Parts: sequence; structure tokens; C-alpha cells
Amino acid sequence: MAADSTIHCDIVSAEGEIFSGPAKMVFVPAAQGEIGIAPRHAPLLTLIKSGEVRVQTPDGQEQFFFVGGGALEVQPKKVTVLADTAIRAKDMDEAAALEAKQRAEEILKGNIDKIEQAEALAELARAVAQIKMIQKLRKIRV
Amino acid sequence: MPGTKEIRTKIASVKSTQKITKAMEMVAASKMRRAQDRMRLSRPYAEKIRVVIGHLNKANPDYRHPFLVAREPKSIGIIVVSSDRGLCGALNTNVFKSTLMLMREWQGKGANVNLCLLGNKAAGFFRRLGVPILASVGGLGDRPHVKDLLGSVKVMLDAYRDGTIDRLFIVNAQFVNTMTQKPVVTQLLPVETIDAGELQEHWDYIYEPNAAEILDAVFMRYIESQVYRSAVESVACEMSARMVAMKAASDNAGKLIGDLQLVYNKARQAAITKELAEIVGGAAAV
Repeated sequence: MAADSTIHCDIVSAEGEIFSGPAKMVFVPAAQGEIGIAPRHAPLLTLIKSGEVRVQTPDGQEQFFFVGGGALEVQPKKVTVLADTAIRAKDMDEAAALEAKQRAEEILKGNIDKIEQAEALAELARAVAQIKMIQKLRKIRV
Repeated sequence: MPGTKEIRTKIASVKSTQKITKAMEMVAASKMRRAQDRMRLSRPYAEKIRVVIGHLNKANPDYRHPFLVAREPKSIGIIVVSSDRGLCGALNTNVFKSTLMLMREWQGKGANVNLCLLGNKAAGFFRRLGVPILASVGGLGDRPHVKDLLGSVKVMLDAYRDGTIDRLFIVNAQFVNTMTQKPVVTQLLPVETIDAGELQEHWDYIYEPNAAEILDAVFMRYIESQVYRSAVESVACEMSARMVAMKAASDNAGKLIGDLQLVYNKARQAAITKELAEIVGGAAAV
């Protein structure tokens, strides 16, 4: 009976395993609305939106997990949630891609030294300010 | 006593260098352990996604995703994974060397090479080569996050989709053990056939909204997870390489201090002997 009334649920993300264990029921925010998966569900493959995954454990408790989206695979005895660690939106991905391209261009132009130079200059300015402050304090003491 | 003072300051300076290298060694050792843990944690996701893709392939053998179709390689893309900082032995050099070998091999076949660089060291090295760089990301730190890598991976996947590149490789250091890391080249695209392992019965999924879209999303995540794993593995390699390099540096500093101490003692002894001789000589003269 036990094997039939529960379904094995795995929630994994690229940066680690989030949950693994038996469940009575799993609720997932699928791309076309929230779905509940009971044991012996038909095989299903769908994308999920960012939201809450609820897992009902056999002892009647509920566990909540936040996922930023991802994919869901259902087999009669197994549910696998492939969760994204990052919340992704199309434009956000686009922006990240643009940034990576820009950096590549800067490298080709040889501007990377300039970036490092700017950082070093900022560091220098901080150090100078600190020295000035120390000198001031010394003068007061004398 | 001329000479002895200089030797003393030299010993002091080597000692302080040794302190630094020892500290770096210990920091690298603890970071390595954490990096290895992260490497292990990324494994379940990659395995699960592999299984899903395997099932998908078996469920609809007639549908070929663009990522599975091998094209005539006119142009290739290489993702180079390097560290952000140096002082880690020959780690980056080895990765760059095998990248160069791969580049030469494909250029010999008349293919263009496009690069995607992860880590500051790769950016510094490959910009001199005059090879087109499509994307780059640096400053990943000791804990690379998936979201930091997404942008560069997307650029490469888009390039593959629109035909700018026909093949995508990734070169990174592989963690063999603490003492050895070796550069490996892996082909990411087209995806080489994935075996689903044991599959009890034949079935097809219900797809929501449709098969192609899901397949696309799953494949993208598969590639991303591979790149992420490489980045994490590269960090583990960097830390262990740094640990070994710093241990060697500390040992060398210890040896140097020993030698200098010997020289110092001799110089001091010579000075004392000389002084004694002078006193004795002076006394005899009186």
C-alpha cells in the first residue's frame, strides 16, 4: 500500500539538491496553471513558472520550496522538479548576454587595463584620505 | 659587523613572505574543500536532466532538436574556463595551452574560432591573439553562481542557433585529485547521444505547452548546468593548485631561511674571531 500511496519527489537545482523523499501529493506552478500531482500520475513534461512548490509528506505535513522556474518531469512513481536557481525573465537573460558581449569588446579594445587602473586609482584615493586623517589626528594629539 | 645586518633583514623579509604563503596555503585548503562540496552538489541536477533528455529522445526519436544535429564545422566556439587570480601554479597555463592546441587543430581544418572567456586570466591572455571573442565574464569569485554564467552561455547558444558557430567546446581544468589537475576538452554542442540508461517501458509524455518548447528549455538548462559544473570544478582546481604552489613556496622559503641563517652565523663567527684577534694582537703589541 505504502508504495502505491506515495510518489517519490526530487527537487534539484544546479547548485544543489533541495528535496528528495516520498510525497503524498506535490503541487507545482506549471506554465499553464498550478497542478497537483498524485501518485500514478500520467507521464508529463512541462515548464514551471517561478513560485511555490508544495510537497505533502506522508505524515501529513506540508513543505514549501520556492523555485525560480524550471522544468517538471512526472513519471507514474516519480516527480522531478528541475529548479532554476536564478529567477529568469527573457529581458534579464538578454541584459546579461549584452553585458557579456560588452565585456568581450572591452577586452578586445584593451580596456581591461583601464578598468584595473580605475580600481587602483580608487584604492589610492582611499589610502590618501586615510593618511590625511591619521596626520590630522596626530597633529591634534601633539 | 658589516654584512650581518643585511643578512638579518633579509631573513626577516623571507620570514614574512613565508608567513603570507603559509596563510594562503591554509585559506586555499579550506576553500578547496568547499569547492569540492559544491562540485558534488551540482551532480544530481546534471544527472536528472540527462535522464530527462534521454527519455525525451527515446519517446520521440523522429524529432531532432537543432542541438542534436551535427553540421559541417565551418566555425567553432570554445568556452575557456580560467581562474580570476594567479598564484596557482601552471593551472591556467595548461588550460590555455590545450585551448591553443584545439584552436590550431580546427584552424588547420579551415574553421574559424570564436571564444567565450570565463575568468579574468583568460581575458588577459586571449585578447592578444586577435581571435574574435563573443562573450566574456570575469570576477566570478570562489562561488560562481549559475546566474553569472547565463549571459555568456546564452550568447554562445544564440551563436550556435543562428549558425555563427557549428560546434561548441568547453576547456576547463579537471579535478583529478589534490595534486593533479589536467585540462580537458568537452564537446557541448551538438550534444553527443545521451543514453537514458534502463528504461522499463515505452511511453510518451503529455507535453504542456508543446514538445519543441520544452525540449528547447531543457536543452538550454542542460548546457548551462554543464558550464556551471565546469566553472565550479575549475574553482576546486584553482584552490588545490594554489594550495600546492603555496606549500612549495613555504617550503622553499624555509630552505632559504636555513641557508641564510648558516651564512649569518658564519659571518657573525668571523666577526667575533676577527675582533678577538685584534684584541690579542693589540695586547701583544703593548
